[in-house]
Amino acid sequence: MPQSELKARLDTHVIGRSIAHDSARLHVSGLATYIDDIREPEGTLHLAPGLSAIAHGSIRSLDLSAVRAAPGVVAVLTAEDIPGPNDIAPVFADEPLMAHDEILFAGQVIFIVVAQTREQARRAAKLAVIETEALPAILSIEEAIAADAKVLPDYDFGRGDAQAAIDAAPSKLDAILRIGGQEHFYLEGQAAFAIPGEQGELLVHSSTQDPSEVQHIIGRILALPDARITVETRRMGGAFGGKESQAAQTSALAALAAHVTQRPCKFRLDRDDDFLMTGKRHDFRADIRTGFDGEGRILAYDVMLNARCGCSADLSPGVVDRAMFHAANAYYLPASKIASRRLKTHTVSNTAFRGFGGPQGMLAIERTMDAIAHRTGRDPLDIRKANLHAAGRDITPYGMKVADWDVLAEIIDRLEVSSDYRERRKQIEAYNASRPILRRGIALTPVQFGISFTLIHMNQAGALVHVYQDGSVHLNHGGTEMGQGLFVKVAQVVAEEFGIPLDTVLITATNTAKVPNASPTAASSGSDLNGKAAQIAAREIKSRMIAYAAERFDCDAMEIVFRDGLVQIGNRTITFAELAKTCRQGRVQLSHAGFYKTPDIHWDRAAKTGQPFLYFAYGAACSEVVIDTLTGEMKVLRTDICHDAGDSLNPILDIGQIEGAFVQGMGWLTTEELVFDSRGHLRTHAPSTYKIPVASDIPDLRVDLHHQPNRADTIYRSKAVGEPPLMHGISVYSAILDALHGIAPDKFVPLDAPATPERILTAARALEGR
Amino acid sequence: MPCSRIILMRRSIRFVFRGKTTEIADFAPGETLLDWLRLRARATGTKEGCAEGDCGACTVVLARARRGEIEHKAVNACIMLLAQADGAELITIEDLATRDGLHPVQEAMVAHHGSQCGFCTPGIVMSLFAHYQDALRQGEGAPVAARAAICDRLAGNLCRCTGYRPIIDAAAEVCSQPKADHFAARMQERLAVLTTLDDDLDVFAGSDERFLAAPASEDSLASLCLAHPDAMLVAGATDLGLTITKALAAPGKVIWLGRVKGFDRIEESGAHLSLMAGVTHADAYRSLQALHPDLGEIMRRFGSAQVRASGTVGGNIANGSPIGDLAPCLIALGTRIELRHGDNLRELPLEDFFLGYRKQDRSPGEYVRRLVIPRLNDANSFLAYKISKRFDEDISAVLGAFNFMMKDGEIAEARIAFGGMAATPSRARQAEAAARGARPGDDAAVEAMVAALERDFTPIDDMRASAAYRKIVAGNLLRKSMMELAGTDKATRISSPGFAHAAE
Repeated sequence: MPQSELKARLDTHVIGRSIAHDSARLHVSGLATYIDDIREPEGTLHLAPGLSAIAHGSIRSLDLSAVRAAPGVVAVLTAEDIPGPNDIAPVFADEPLMAHDEILFAGQVIFIVVAQTREQARRAAKLAVIETEALPAILSIEEAIAADAKVLPDYDFGRGDAQAAIDAAPSKLDAILRIGGQEHFYLEGQAAFAIPGEQGELLVHSSTQDPSEVQHIIGRILALPDARITVETRRMGGAFGGKESQAAQTSALAALAAHVTQRPCKFRLDRDDDFLMTGKRHDFRADIRTGFDGEGRILAYDVMLNARCGCSADLSPGVVDRAMFHAANAYYLPASKIASRRLKTHTVSNTAFRGFGGPQGMLAIERTMDAIAHRTGRDPLDIRKANLHAAGRDITPYGMKVADWDVLAEIIDRLEVSSDYRERRKQIEAYNASRPILRRGIALTPVQFGISFTLIHMNQAGALVHVYQDGSVHLNHGGTEMGQGLFVKVAQVVAEEFGIPLDTVLITATNTAKVPNASPTAASSGSDLNGKAAQIAAREIKSRMIAYAAERFDCDAMEIVFRDGLVQIGNRTITFAELAKTCRQGRVQLSHAGFYKTPDIHWDRAAKTGQPFLYFAYGAACSEVVIDTLTGEMKVLRTDICHDAGDSLNPILDIGQIEGAFVQGMGWLTTEELVFDSRGHLRTHAPSTYKIPVASDIPDLRVDLHHQPNRADTIYRSKAVGEPPLMHGISVYSAILDALHGIAPDKFVPLDAPATPERILTAARALEGR
Repeated sequence: MPCSRIILMRRSIRFVFRGKTTEIADFAPGETLLDWLRLRARATGTKEGCAEGDCGACTVVLARARRGEIEHKAVNACIMLLAQADGAELITIEDLATRDGLHPVQEAMVAHHGSQCGFCTPGIVMSLFAHYQDALRQGEGAPVAARAAICDRLAGNLCRCTGYRPIIDAAAEVCSQPKADHFAARMQERLAVLTTLDDDLDVFAGSDERFLAAPASEDSLASLCLAHPDAMLVAGATDLGLTITKALAAPGKVIWLGRVKGFDRIEESGAHLSLMAGVTHADAYRSLQALHPDLGEIMRRFGSAQVRASGTVGGNIANGSPIGDLAPCLIALGTRIELRHGDNLRELPLEDFFLGYRKQDRSPGEYVRRLVIPRLNDANSFLAYKISKRFDEDISAVLGAFNFMMKDGEIAEARIAFGGMAATPSRARQAEAAARGARPGDDAAVEAMVAALERDFTPIDDMRASAAYRKIVAGNLLRKSMMELAGTDKATRISSPGFAHAAE
């Protein structure tokens, strides 16, 4: 090997390096392909939905003759046309693909038009004559509680007699906190493209986080074996949990249309339809009772988490369980009762959204921390610190030991200094003392987020690695790419294992024919699970190559080293490609399907104890806000974040996750408001009325990673980073509470979420006694 | 040729696309630019995110010859009619990179990790490309490289993944030291082509029953309006576009005003500012800011850069929305509106133009021609406030505009107008009456004004705000205006240089 060629090679040590997203250059050039960009085969048909206009009732008659007669219409499909069961529920068989007799929410699909163009399909869909009989609809949490309407039974866990401990506590606090839901607002709406093959086979391009589930549901509704269905996902234009179970409907309808017409069928939702048809983050009402001592230390905490699940169970079991698991956040609760109601309403079925219930559970106790601080007259940060997990105070309400609580304590101390919290608090207090019109507030809040699917069987992953004879590598795994950079992280793992340049690893679309039975890319688990599976696959191939090279070149396996695209075999050096070619000639299998399952986790839901998480991800955020007491307007001025990504696989991508998640959490608690009217119609169903943060909403944002190897055995000791930083947005909500609190220091600040200008002004006026 | 009129009329639209002049005669009057791009030209780099001009994923750039230069405007292709590209060079995401590599804006976005899922990215790159063209004109240290200016540029580009910080960093870096790109290198050649395209012919594509017309002169416009009083007049299409993409309207007769010579004229005299109806919000911005900084701030927050580049002041007024931001400001200033019907002109106070919800004093065949805005003098104190859930790119819950004429330390006369408080933008006549003779700083007088204001309006409840909130805020804005009038050392506004863009 010439020396010059050696020098020209990259340093192939790629783990822990900040490497750009593998599609970055395609993104900026408009060359990254999303579902709607796939070149359509001739004769492709397009779908449009006909939606219910009432929240609850029955279909008396459905006259679709005008729809069928409309220009370009090829087929009009209803529940009657589904060959298999009319059910797309992930677990509980309670969610129809299309309404049959009963209508469960406004926006439910009643029929589907299949036409030559999308515009023709949309126009035709307006021509349906639907006679319905409206029945009383249960819309709000209060109505559902009154009617005892549930999608699933109540569930609780806890420790000791919380009730008695609260009654005996020197100070008590009762509070009700309403927490709004959130629309995902992925920039690419739901989309699927189904192409029929022979013998009932279907290839479905789906914008989904869960191709295996989409495959399975399509098989179910078409009464076909899963093996006939192949689902492929190259990338999503954002997902955030909204394309976990929610992609099934769009994909199943496209598949049904393709199955019936035997033509390629594409279904891309209009943005307004997407808002109406698909689930959102659950809105909650947290009924809080707590008892604490003179130091503001919680003695007992009792919370009822009332979750509005909507019309079906969907993923609510896991979402509400996770809200419960995070109801204590990072705090030790000597006595606790964490209870939940999973309420059924005639609204769209709420679903997974980054944090998966965790944020709502956490907000309730953070709200409690601020209330205790206000009651005791102490700094909220000191109250939080006094309640953190610590030695001897390290068992969660569900019985899991928090062994590494010191990581969070260190992060908080570090952030307290780097954000200059104490000095800024003094300045803010001095400023607010002049009774200004614009008041300021500051808050520093922690996050402790459990990593693993709480449904234990989902903690598994597969990866498929091929090494070709020219040394190039084909990588496939069950994880999906939604912008988070999973694909490049897993490719880094494979490149690192083989010691080859990253660009020789080809990243390929997730495909159920390559890696079967995958779990959804969710619960922040993408790189933990798929990184490990790919590592196992690469290591198996590598060990075969080593064994063969040791034999062929007669050297000790210990003397074989892979790096910089080269393989040192004793005192001989050949390229990785040369070894691959040699192995092929030696009939060595250069392909392997790696499989990983998370060790050491267990959860006994009935016994209410176990270790549902492999580890915790930690972080803390400090935000400063200003509010206008005459209008309720609010601006976040500065946010400092210190976040624990373990030994980060790719620091710049992790920082991107942290910043993006924080801003999304901030939006959830400030400007993003879902408004349903008295008929159960969602009134904020487009970006004109539903306001996610824009560029100018971003504070002076300073993000630091807390670099420390994960104490759990994860891929290169990194930590999951997708969801946990969303809850840094809570620092903004708490800072608003802080700004309001000074108006009347002895009163409880009545502020529900999201803290819109209207809610802030209403709270300010209540504190002013108006 | 049997008739010279045929020669003076163009039956097709034409624009530069992918380096060639494209001529199209066969199109539906309501066909959008985005549908043409994605469905007809199969150029799928430009994305549809919302189809209502809010998310910016569909942002493209229209370059036009204007005053001897090329002006690059980022616009929302989703709610723009295809015909509105007439005379322009249509630049999309696919045009930016060359064989030699990515455009500097694209390189900066990659270097700063400005994309995650990538779906909003083409739109963001195109907005920044337009920004970069401004930076090139301004040269090194361009004011547009400031973070506040970048945030203003990006207000109409939603990103759900990154949290914007890396995008702002990318823009700040690449715009602070702009280097001539391949568009600048071909400036003269491009200008020559665009100047040729900018002809004086009336455009009429289609039949008398179904057409897209783009008259080149006011006289042509006036006679077209008379001949087709049922035709829809379109300026920026930022509202009409939504009726096409959402309500599936298929307008049959469309008169696009974008080619009318002189329709974008701004005239400034000692006493007045005159805006022809075709002046875009982007162009009006500077003149209105010069009139008063509060107007500048309202215009900065008006829609988004893309909407301001397309939408016109005439369109905003003629559309008569009860929640438009311009009308209450202009009413408070005492603006008069001029309409033309055939050869007849008439003028009336702007507030009288609005008759009811989406109903205006405009007869069939008549069009809004001009707005005449009196300048403020030393005796005037003008204050305006926009209250919305989100500061930028949001429709107001309440917009309050106050124009106090002071005499001897007292309010001699007040013009107070609100948006979002009634079915039309309206004056608060009772509050105005109560203001007469009031002294700033006199709390009792202020409270009397607020009490009168409460009698002026019965606001609505909707998804933006409750009626109660609107009522309270309207009163508080009046209090705030009086506080500011009296002079206070306290900060009174979040949306002001002291608090805006904390990351600066």
